[in-house]
Amino acid sequence: MATITIDGKEFDVDDTENLLAVALSKGFDLPYFCWHPELHSVGACRQCAVKSYRNDEDDKGMLVMACMTPCSDGGRFEIDDEEAAEMRRQVIEWLMTNHPHDCPVCEEGGECHLQDMTLMAGHTQRRYRGPKRTHKNQDLGPFINHEMNRCIACYRCVRYYRDYADGDDLRALGSHNNVYFGRESDGAFDNEFSGNLVEVCPTGVFTDKTLGAHYNRKWDMQNAPGICNHCSLGCNTSPGSRQGVLKRIQNRYHGEINHYFLCDRGRFGAGFVNRDDRPRQPLVRNADGVLEPREMDVMRDTMEEVFAQANGVVGVGSPRASLEDNFALRHLVGADNFTNGMAPADSAASVAARDAIAANADRLATLREVESCDAVLILGEDVTQTAPRLALSLRQSRRNKHLEHAAANKIPKWHARAVRDIGQYNNSPIFSATTSATRLDDIVMTPQRLRPAAIAELGFAVAHALDNTAPKVEQLDADTQALVDAIAETLKGAKKPLIVAGTSLGDPAILKAAANATKALAAANEATRLFVTLAEANSLGMAMMEERDIDHALTAVEDGSADTLVVMQNCLYERAPKARVDAVIKKAKNVVVLDHSMTRTVGEATHVLPSGSFAESDGTLVNNEGRAQRFFQLFIPDAPMQEGWRWAADLAEVAGNKPEWLGMDDLIKTIVADCPQFAGIEDAAPSQSFRKFGMRFPRSPHRFSGRTAMYANVDVRERRPEVDPDSPLAYSMEGYYGEQQPPSTIAYAWSPGWDSNQAAITRFQDEVGGHLKGGDPGIRLFAAPGAAAEFWAAEVTAVDGWQAVPVYHIFGSESQSARAPAIAERMPKPEYRVNAEAAKALGVTAGDSFELAVNGETHAFPLAIDPSLPDRTIGVPVGMHGVCGLRLPVEVKP
Amino acid sequence: MKNAAQNAFSATSSVLRTIGMTFMHSFRKRDTILYPEEKPYLPPRYRGRIVLTRDPDGAERCVACNLCSVACPVDCISVVKTEDETGRWYPETFRINFSRCIYCGYCEDACPTYAIQLTPDFEMGEFDRQNMVYEKSDLLISGVGKRPGYNFYRVAGMSVGGKDKGQAENEAEPVDIKTLLP
Ligand code: SF4
Ligand code: SF4
Ligand code: SF4
Ligand code: SF4
Ligand code: FES
Repeated sequence: MATITIDGKEFDVDDTENLLAVALSKGFDLPYFCWHPELHSVGACRQCAVKSYRNDEDDKGMLVMACMTPCSDGGRFEIDDEEAAEMRRQVIEWLMTNHPHDCPVCEEGGECHLQDMTLMAGHTQRRYRGPKRTHKNQDLGPFINHEMNRCIACYRCVRYYRDYADGDDLRALGSHNNVYFGRESDGAFDNEFSGNLVEVCPTGVFTDKTLGAHYNRKWDMQNAPGICNHCSLGCNTSPGSRQGVLKRIQNRYHGEINHYFLCDRGRFGAGFVNRDDRPRQPLVRNADGVLEPREMDVMRDTMEEVFAQANGVVGVGSPRASLEDNFALRHLVGADNFTNGMAPADSAASVAARDAIAANADRLATLREVESCDAVLILGEDVTQTAPRLALSLRQSRRNKHLEHAAANKIPKWHARAVRDIGQYNNSPIFSATTSATRLDDIVMTPQRLRPAAIAELGFAVAHALDNTAPKVEQLDADTQALVDAIAETLKGAKKPLIVAGTSLGDPAILKAAANATKALAAANEATRLFVTLAEANSLGMAMMEERDIDHALTAVEDGSADTLVVMQNCLYERAPKARVDAVIKKAKNVVVLDHSMTRTVGEATHVLPSGSFAESDGTLVNNEGRAQRFFQLFIPDAPMQEGWRWAADLAEVAGNKPEWLGMDDLIKTIVADCPQFAGIEDAAPSQSFRKFGMRFPRSPHRFSGRTAMYANVDVRERRPEVDPDSPLAYSMEGYYGEQQPPSTIAYAWSPGWDSNQAAITRFQDEVGGHLKGGDPGIRLFAAPGAAAEFWAAEVTAVDGWQAVPVYHIFGSESQSARAPAIAERMPKPEYRVNAEAAKALGVTAGDSFELAVNGETHAFPLAIDPSLPDRTIGVPVGMHGVCGLRLPVEVKP
Repeated sequence: MKNAAQNAFSATSSVLRTIGMTFMHSFRKRDTILYPEEKPYLPPRYRGRIVLTRDPDGAERCVACNLCSVACPVDCISVVKTEDETGRWYPETFRINFSRCIYCGYCEDACPTYAIQLTPDFEMGEFDRQNMVYEKSDLLISGVGKRPGYNFYRVAGMSVGGKDKGQAENEAEPVDIKTLLP
């Protein structure tokens, strides 16, 4: 702690921080460019000048860069000093000399940090009349637009992309005044976190191309607090829309999860919401086998008939739908006829994950906490592809070594360049065992490529090496034993070791091994952490709600105990082999599907009810740390579309089983009453009737424009503002917006003078880069277990022969984002992968078309050689190109 | 007593003087004109009917920046941006609900391209309010309006059809990033 004086006011501040961060935390308006709360200080832009005084007698002071000034005790600083202000004004004037006259046609306009800083620093009149330097742009692929003229050479982009995200293909090229930020040649960025450049770059050099395609200013968007539904991490997002069209996804700050950054799947994967082929009204298959639209009231009678004729109804829930949607379906079909909609392997692994999480509830790392762990063991998970944002956090965890060196040499942690230089290539250790090479291998110590069973064995062996009461693994060869001992030794020596495991290999043994290792480590080190990833946005929620997987539903139809299937936002073909699903659909009298996308199952259904996607509904998702988070409806669709749970309630009513709940709040209460494991979800967001100062919370910024004209072509009389029956948010700019708002209801970030997303959020944080005022949103459902769990037995199911293992890809393996045009463009070509030896054994060479039957489904894809795969192991692309992959790994006979 | 008499006198004479002045007006030239047969003179900067103008090259000036719509205090302008194949921004929709417009001229003040201009035409009465909704086709004129010379894209740094990087006013040739020369 230190006491410093800023503009005559005294503050008690953290002495490990720099003056700029502290001043911003204390609410001062001080312009800056090159500093960023996650990238820290380099003192390059010279924009944050303030006056520093040596002591009380000093009346001259000297100009210093706030971002490079430590807050030492007794410091006296002036922001509001004439000389400092003049310096800031001159710096920006000089940064602007080459700036193009672009604001009206710049996608950044209205949320541009450069615009804000120009105004804040008081540069209001252009004086420079000389020629401006210009640059040619590059085509950076479907995600990002490039307009180099607008660059002010703050170096934030390369510091984020290269130093933070470990990307390699964005560089500062050229020299002095000609410096250019781009790739060596045209092409999409290689790094999976490139989308953050859009927010990190303080100017309009890098902008969101998917937004540009149907552009709106920030002030014109209707936003909602969203939860990314493209993996289990539950990053917070702020989707923006106008007139019922989803425009973009922006980061929404969450101090424990994603903080300032998203992955590209989350940022660019929402385009499926705008697809024309979405079902937008109730459909019924007619006698010719064609789906045709029905009016709502006619549909009601039709559905009454369906349920009256039904001879046994089974429900298929979904790990990508909310708790509310799933619970409503469970009510409709009855708890005994409800299944969780996961493929068996996925379900078993998710249940094991749930148990590992429950047993280690007090040791679960948040995504943010991962960054502070100084030794990591990853078991089985190719995190970049299955839980992408985690990879970015793990990349920070290895820098703990740099910070350690820095601290030993009295270098402050915010001194970015010095910390890097002293850290050099000394990284905190990360060990990883996966089925093939991963994108994290560059920071992993001796990456291991093993089959799933061997990965589990490695985990069990590490646990045993740490604590010999943990079950032993027999017959480990000497090399493996040496590796196990080295890993155990390193983890033991760490201040805060972390075990990462997940469900992507569909093997519960891996989760059990991770739980054992965590328990073994924790006995000696309280700070031990576990991080578990699951497949989909609500996989953990579904594992908590129901253990029966999709096989039970299919079997019920096959054995004749049911003849009607009700499917909630799920595609059977993604979870079970095609032949089996085809047969079940053929045998069932009716297949009723509630979904928002044109899936293969919708294409085969007899009745389709258009349920809302995340943009058209409210709901609760449980992320991988057991955090229940609410997402809010973005806009009211211009079609007879409603939330899955509303459809399910309507169906229950016509089926003679009218639910008692009346609205969202009521439904949530019923869920908690019926399934006590979800106690707490009611506090994930304020109730519908909650008001601040008697007001709702706005979805749109206060200068939302065009209200009396945007629908005037239809009717010159303005529409009545829509009323939200499910949440305390308003479908307008009216209401209370500010620091006293419950954080879960903040739909967008803005504060006076600060329009850019990453800077405006500062006013809502307890300190810059910290937690949101009022607490980070979401409720963690798992409490610390009463007694320590027993070790799991070290049992693995090894396959001797050929084995098919899943190969995931960030762009394509998740079904919803795969429907977004931008993501589809980046989806890899389908291929089977084997190592060279296996290819020889199979008698095929690279590029040959290769036919393989997996789970009774045969696909022919070209073969690719991947030397990293273990012997007799075939990598199968999952979730893409019609492969139902979530039932892997399995034994195959090629 | 004396004051009361004085007051009464001055009040009466003021009234008489006013009546006299009013009477004298009957001999003055009329200010009222016989509208609509006769039209008044309105200065070019009069704030009446809004038009969208073109640049000196005949292309649409409006770049769909939405600054007019955000400046509008009654929110009666709705603009939807689109691009042509060369990357030039222009409005796909440009709609003004004149039944809401208060002719304040803020939109014209806000416009960075001189596209939107208020004109001295005020004859916009309609029997049906719906007819007061003007689309781009109703607003776009073929001339430059009050601002003859200005062409935004000649000044801006974006490359658009017919103008590449380095070809705008006061721009240097694009930087060759491969050169090692200073
Ligand atoms: S980067 Fe900012 S200041 Fe520059 S043209 Fe774009 S909006 Fe204007
Ligand atoms: S491209 Fe953006 S982030 Fe990079 S140096 Fe230029 S202005 Fe800064
Ligand atoms: S890491 Fe997962 S939750 Fe986060 S943005 Fe990416 S896909 Fe979404
Ligand atoms: S301010 Fe001018 S250029 Fe911008 S949208 Fe309005 S009319 Fe068009
Ligand atoms: S922010 Fe301090 S020098 Fe750039």
